[in-house]
Amino acid sequence: MPERAPRATPVRHALSHPAARIAMLGIAAAAAIALFLLLDLPGRADYALGLRWRTVTGMLVVAIAVGASTVLLQTVTANRILTPGIMGFDAIFMTIQVTGVLVIGPRLLLGTSPTVLWGIELVLMAGIVVLLYWWLFIKRRLDLHLIVLVGLVIGTMLRAVTTFLQRLLDPDAFAVVQNLVFASFTAIDRDLLLPTGVLVVAAGVSIVPILRSLDALALGRSTAIGLGVAHRRVVMHAVVAIAVMVAASTALVGPVLFFGLLVANAAYSLVGHRHAASIPAAALIGAIVLIGGQTVLARGLGFATELPVVIEFLGGALFILLVLTGRTR
Amino acid sequence: MSRASVWTIAGVALVAALAVVSVLIGVAELDGFVLVASRIPRTVALILAGVAMAVTGLIMQLVTRNRFVEPSTTGATDAASLALLAVLVVDPAMPIAVKAIAAVLGALVGVVGFLGLARRIPVRSSVLVPVVGLMYAGMIGALTTFIAQRQDLLQELLAWGVGDFSGIVRGRYEMLYLAAAAALIAWIAADRFTVIGLGEDAARGLGLDPRLTLALGVVIIAVVTGVMSVTTGILPFLGLIVPNIVSRFVGDGMRRAVPIVALLGAAVVLACDIIGRLVRFPVEIPISVVMGVLGGAVFLVILLGPSSRRTEDA
Repeated sequence: MPERAPRATPVRHALSHPAARIAMLGIAAAAAIALFLLLDLPGRADYALGLRWRTVTGMLVVAIAVGASTVLLQTVTANRILTPGIMGFDAIFMTIQVTGVLVIGPRLLLGTSPTVLWGIELVLMAGIVVLLYWWLFIKRRLDLHLIVLVGLVIGTMLRAVTTFLQRLLDPDAFAVVQNLVFASFTAIDRDLLLPTGVLVVAAGVSIVPILRSLDALALGRSTAIGLGVAHRRVVMHAVVAIAVMVAASTALVGPVLFFGLLVANAAYSLVGHRHAASIPAAALIGAIVLIGGQTVLARGLGFATELPVVIEFLGGALFILLVLTGRTR
Repeated sequence: MSRASVWTIAGVALVAALAVVSVLIGVAELDGFVLVASRIPRTVALILAGVAMAVTGLIMQLVTRNRFVEPSTTGATDAASLALLAVLVVDPAMPIAVKAIAAVLGALVGVVGFLGLARRIPVRSSVLVPVVGLMYAGMIGALTTFIAQRQDLLQELLAWGVGDFSGIVRGRYEMLYLAAAAALIAWIAADRFTVIGLGEDAARGLGLDPRLTLALGVVIIAVVTGVMSVTTGILPFLGLIVPNIVSRFVGDGMRRAVPIVALLGAAVVLACDIIGRLVRFPVEIPISVVMGVLGGAVFLVILLGPSSRRTEDA
């Protein structure tokens, strides 16, 4: 994407600079966090604050994971409509988790530390995602629209597999996996918050050195190689980072299909396509939508649990709009 | 003997064999009462549902001129659920006929909406149409989930969307004859749908008013989807894979294809239900789960298989 030509007054120009816009997004996100934490605090604030603090941290981790992973996926696949969820990545993770419960059994499961278990699942997930990516995009070189369809079918199929496996579980184990299947931004798993947070931040930091290579990658495969980018290495790095982030957010809040689509496209239109700007912007917009949305829905309208549904609806509408206006690339 | 009639005879034999197996499997001791009240109704319901859903998929594919669509991937099912939910919210005690009418009307609106969207897709890509359909279905589904959450009706919602024949006994499936009748009408009007499948201009050129046939197709889709929603729940992928497999063997002429599609649909549904009943005997696994897994795998093979080249024209 070419930089937009400077126009209008110098002040307005300064405000439209990506850094200024990111700063504004940061302020808005901080305001949303403050509102969420402080609005309608009950008399004995300690307990409520602690609970809300955990929810807010969880939503921040998810916002970073979803925003960054979607932007990365859209860069390495050269389009604006894919999200890890549409590709069925979170369904893969859920299937791994349910299979794990089935194979290991709930008794042993309760004995093992969730962090260790989650680590094993994560490695499996990253392996499968890398394989799938390699097969779809490098070996078969499928057409983008076909890939979207294949991803949706894989997702539907794996959700059926998950349901199927759940039927095979005894009631104890069933209770363990039940909360994996529905998205909920408010029921954050306390044990997983720290490890997922650390991993998401680590994955985020790990892509800092390749930000410029990613910018080149967005110009297309041959252009990027011509510019001296180690194409395969950068792509694989990005894909592993995506897998880690998707596993983190799925473990924390469950599957989300379209949320990334919303935030990534909002980020492109605000700060352009340079990754040093678009990834932080996507994460911040994610935080604003999640935390602000939760504040408005829960405190303003009295809907406590419906945020995922609202986001999915808006994301689906945006997807159709992007397709109908022909702006898929 | 023509190739199509060989296939038809093989199909009849297969369905008959599977039906016998389906009647013989079950937890209860087989006696006259169980046979008449439960086993036979269930087997008949399976056959009717399979026939109706497979033929509906074929019509949907001809009407949209796209191989990768069926009612559950284009919003028809979700719109039917939304209408059913609306009826439940207004008055939970409505008779089943009212619910069925609501579901049919809902599916009708859903299909018309999808056809409107599909016409506006700028790139004539055969894969983009089902993708938009899935998103559209997802949006209607999100709206329905939202209302259901507010009204505490999520469980009912699950029952409409998940196909399950374990609750089928005498007196609870007869409405499916209506769906099968819709499939029969589709067979009678088969040649018109074949012509529609060539495109609207071609249809006009051949002296057919495409709007009438289109309307008939939409009504058939809506009736089958609505009736299935209130009786057995929806079977994923069936309407997608059966017509695709059949068209590989006998081509796109609908008159020849309909009987084979219907028979194969019935056979697949019977087989999946039998699998679901046997895998974890005596506990049942809903047929839609079995079908979601097997059907998804078959659909992926169709999408990615060696002859997937021809899907990229259009």
